[in-house]
Amino acid sequence: MLRENGFGSGPTSGGKTNGAPVNGDPPIRIGVYVCHCGTNIARTVDVERVTEKAGELPGVTIARDYKYMCSDPGQELIKEDIEELGLNRIVVASCSPNLHEGTFRGATAAGGLNPFFFQMVNIREHASWVHEDRESATDKAIDLVRAAVRRVHHHKALETRRVPIKPEVLVVGGGIAGISAALTLADGGKHVYLIEREASIGGHMAQFDKTFPTLDCAACILTPKMTQVRNHPNITLMTMTEVVKVDGFVGSYEVTVKHRPRFIDVSLCVGCQQCIDACVYKRGKFEDEFDAGLSMRKPIYLPNAQAVPQVVLIDPEQCIQFSSGKCKQTCVEACDRDAIFFDQEERIETLDVGAIIMATGFQTFDARRSPHYGYGIYPNVYTALEVERLVNASGPTGGEIVLRDGEKPTAVGIVHCVGSRNQKSNPWCSKVCCMYSLKLAHLIKEKTDAEVYNFYIDMRTPGKGFEEFYQRVASEGTHLIRGKVASVYQQADGDGELLVDVEDTLAGMVRRIPVDMLVLAVGLEPRYDAEEVRRTFNITCSGDGWFMERHPKLAPVDTFTDGVYLAGCCQGPKDIPETVAQAGAAAGQALALIGRGYMELEPNTAQVIAEDCSGCKTCIPLCPYQAILHDDAENRAEINEVLCKGCGVCVAACPSGSIVQNLFEDTEIYEEIEGVLAYA
Amino acid sequence: MLEQADSTVQAPQADLTSQTSAEDFEPRIVALFCNWCTYMAADLAGTSRMRYAPNVRVVRVMCSGRIDPQFVMHAFARGADGVLIGGCHPGDCHYQEGNYKALRRFRLLRRVIESLGIERERLRLEWISASEADRLRKVADEMAADIRALGPLQLSIPAEEFRNAEGAGAEIPSPEIAGETAAKEVAVP
Amino acid sequence: MTKPEGKPKVAFYWCASCGGCEEAVVDLAEGILDVVGAVDIVMWPVALDFKRADIEAMPDGSILASFINGAIRTTEQEEMASLLRRKSQLVIAFGACSQLGGIPGLANLYDREGVYRAAYLESPSTENPEGTLPRLRSRENGYDLSLPGFYDTVRALGQVIDVDYAIPGCAPHPKVIQAAVATLLSGELPPKGTVLAPDQAVCEECPRRESKPLDLSISEFKRPHEVIIDEETCLLAQGLLCLGPATRAGCDAACVCGNMPCSGCSGPTSRVLDHGAKAISGIASLIGGDDEEAIDSVLDGIPDPVGTFYRYGLPASLLRRKTLS
Repeated sequence: MLRENGFGSGPTSGGKTNGAPVNGDPPIRIGVYVCHCGTNIARTVDVERVTEKAGELPGVTIARDYKYMCSDPGQELIKEDIEELGLNRIVVASCSPNLHEGTFRGATAAGGLNPFFFQMVNIREHASWVHEDRESATDKAIDLVRAAVRRVHHHKALETRRVPIKPEVLVVGGGIAGISAALTLADGGKHVYLIEREASIGGHMAQFDKTFPTLDCAACILTPKMTQVRNHPNITLMTMTEVVKVDGFVGSYEVTVKHRPRFIDVSLCVGCQQCIDACVYKRGKFEDEFDAGLSMRKPIYLPNAQAVPQVVLIDPEQCIQFSSGKCKQTCVEACDRDAIFFDQEERIETLDVGAIIMATGFQTFDARRSPHYGYGIYPNVYTALEVERLVNASGPTGGEIVLRDGEKPTAVGIVHCVGSRNQKSNPWCSKVCCMYSLKLAHLIKEKTDAEVYNFYIDMRTPGKGFEEFYQRVASEGTHLIRGKVASVYQQADGDGELLVDVEDTLAGMVRRIPVDMLVLAVGLEPRYDAEEVRRTFNITCSGDGWFMERHPKLAPVDTFTDGVYLAGCCQGPKDIPETVAQAGAAAGQALALIGRGYMELEPNTAQVIAEDCSGCKTCIPLCPYQAILHDDAENRAEINEVLCKGCGVCVAACPSGSIVQNLFEDTEIYEEIEGVLAYA
Repeated sequence: MLEQADSTVQAPQADLTSQTSAEDFEPRIVALFCNWCTYMAADLAGTSRMRYAPNVRVVRVMCSGRIDPQFVMHAFARGADGVLIGGCHPGDCHYQEGNYKALRRFRLLRRVIESLGIERERLRLEWISASEADRLRKVADEMAADIRALGPLQLSIPAEEFRNAEGAGAEIPSPEIAGETAAKEVAVP
Repeated sequence: MTKPEGKPKVAFYWCASCGGCEEAVVDLAEGILDVVGAVDIVMWPVALDFKRADIEAMPDGSILASFINGAIRTTEQEEMASLLRRKSQLVIAFGACSQLGGIPGLANLYDREGVYRAAYLESPSTENPEGTLPRLRSRENGYDLSLPGFYDTVRALGQVIDVDYAIPGCAPHPKVIQAAVATLLSGELPPKGTVLAPDQAVCEECPRRESKPLDLSISEFKRPHEVIIDEETCLLAQGLLCLGPATRAGCDAACVCGNMPCSGCSGPTSRVLDHGAKAISGIASLIGGDDEEAIDSVLDGIPDPVGTFYRYGLPASLLRRKTLS
């Protein structure tokens, strides 16, 4: 209630006074419900006192406290009170509105009221969980309840808005997460745009040899999925493509993508690779990314043997034609499909989709950041990803595990937790390293019969069949040494032998173990450009840089941006089964959204009060959605409610106070402010 | 000191100050938080069971761009000792650029607030993303401490007292009260 | 409302004001005659010789309406305002000072001591070697002399007595006065508290409004003396800080028509709680620049923000005055 107005004497506000009805309106009858949340709230906040104080506030007909307001009986309480006591406003003091606002609006509606005659008070996340002192937490809760009670007087009946959802879905990233999500959606009859930054889909999984704990071959389970993607009528696969801009909102995203030139026409190339054979480079000269740099390729190359699409590409940084313009173009000659185009250019395209699934994955920790392990210094120190390629039958050595000099190793150390669980690098557990280290131990032992030493901090095997796998590897004779590796150095006499100094905490001693190959179990971390990507998609990262889910338990694949979902390691380290499961969940959420066909939007839009507007045009350039138009004939601003997203920036800016925002009217906010400040 | 003004240069502070002596002064801080970043950070602080000063009372708006300088003035006028505006980091606004509007208003508003004698520590704008619960904790604690050190915001005339003449500082001592000698001597400090 | 015998009695009074409001009444020109003919003026210090005792002698409520201009600065002004309140059925705050505190309200950036010091001791034009200051009572040549008390703070009329209506402006535009008087004499009174003027902003009446661009972004504020002002283009679009968008209409955009920006004398619309804060919001939103430095350099073009945004309304603003430590 505005106490002041233009000239200070002040009784002119059109608002209602607390508890007193405006002419003709029924009296305000508020029900206040204070939740104990078991002991989550009640332990720190004196809910009885909050309830008692709430009961004294003007307009409050009934104030109750209850163990769990969100439970069925709790909601029933609201419904019954509305019916029996004739309540017309509801306030629930419990947890965050992000959690249960919908629940209690539902209960309010179930009692026959408009659901927006409801206000939620957050006395758990904002009070009981962040304060220790019972008295001050209780005082705060009382203030917050008072604010809500004062605010809810002014609430109006509102209708939610429905916006149609476009049925197409964008999946960003073609690793196992993106592939799984895309296939689920496509099988569900939805059209999917699957975009991948690299030249082939498959992601990290395509580089692996076997997968733990079952030791089935990664390629054997992944390749069919990749082929399905290629052949699926509902999937448009776009490789070498990145998102540059995302406009719009849930149900109607407008995504601008950039196709990088491949210099090969994808529709013509059949992947025969004759161009590669014909290249002026007689042998590979450039590090092959897929083989983690362990093999060399030419400037024109197929990303990998199982690549989807089976189409070559040219690296313009390496190809002579691009640097000198004077190549003989033997590749062009060799191509009987005439698929090579040196003049291909970057192409921009816009995709209209209703939902987006982020499956942008991870990168492995750069072992050079922990120099005491000797990576990049001693040639026989490898990352696990390199060893995956060595083990792999389609890898640079045809599956032979050999050292740089081609010799088989006789003693191999595997260091766990490289870049993980360390405040200097990444504090988190990367979750998959223990298991893949055991897998590599098994494979190395199998293929080389070398002595294998696993240096671990804790052996983390919490998964189906994981502990059994650990027992199996242990029984195979792998040395499992619990302790941190302090340093690695090479023997002075030079034959490449490495000495690993490690604390053996089980034996209670420091040991020096000679190995001729050291494998670093590098952890998982957010991609270098995760920050940029999240900005493009307007989603959030948690403090460690992984994309943040809407709720860690109840909305693990949703984001704070409606219609954008998370799948796979972009949200945090995961193994393959978890990734696939999460991809399915994300696809399920997208399907649910699309299946409904429309989205209920908060009715928090703004409106210009036409007779008050002076046509000053202040609001017009402020709207990020161009939802405000100036009607020249009437000299009024006008808000297109369909385009309005309800930010309220125009409302705050309107110099004559002629724009109002539903759910956030000035009066409602003033009342809330006064409410928290009214001394009890 | 001009003797006519002696006891009344500082307007009387009735109830507000008498109930809060310096030691047990608990600042009242109104926090105007955007729904998408800073309110979420406050939620995260809760789920992470962080502890911070209980002085902050959060009022949620959808976007920091919704924050009207009138809200800030209103909070101060109604007894807030501090106002904290929280929004998404530049470039991160859920509504693209509402936080820039908040920043522009804040920069001008602070000039006015300061000109009106309110210390700058009492009005803060902070960009706190949904994941920065720890930053929220830090800002809340810092602000509570800063304002505790400043003491209560003693608006010269609380709204409630504006109508009575005492609030306006009318109680002017006559020369007889102030002492006969003061009649002619006018000391200018 | 009870109808007193004969022509309705009307009082005019002035408090802390400049006399411009009196001029505004006179500016009604021949229109004043209709008013004078329709009513019986019982007080008008600027024009007629009635005394306080005359009013005191009248029965309570016997005056139909008192039009009081000026802010409340002294005890005498408060006493007269209270007296007229008692004797009148309606009290109308007339003009910006009465409605909002007005220009005298900017003294709320100081206290009495600061005002005295500036006015009687330190201003360059002051010659006061003995440092004599106004005193409530003093004895001069054997006589006891007295002066009204001088408050620390300037208040709007409505902050001192109950006020029924306000007529805005510095001074009120004749058109607004005429319309207001007509409303009051019509017998169909608007709700108490109404500001008797249009409830839209000045842009509504501004002849330049069409020239205001739809994508205004202000990169520099200029002051009127610094530029040659185009006579047809929106002043904000020329970088001049015009408060028209935030200020109540009724004046036919008189200042803008005189090629000067609106300085906000008519106060805010009824929907706005704090004129200055709302104007800050609207104006600042349009500033170009996204970082603090760029924003601040634009804001440096407003050398006196309080004097700009609260020129007429500091006492009626939410904070009312400067807090002096």
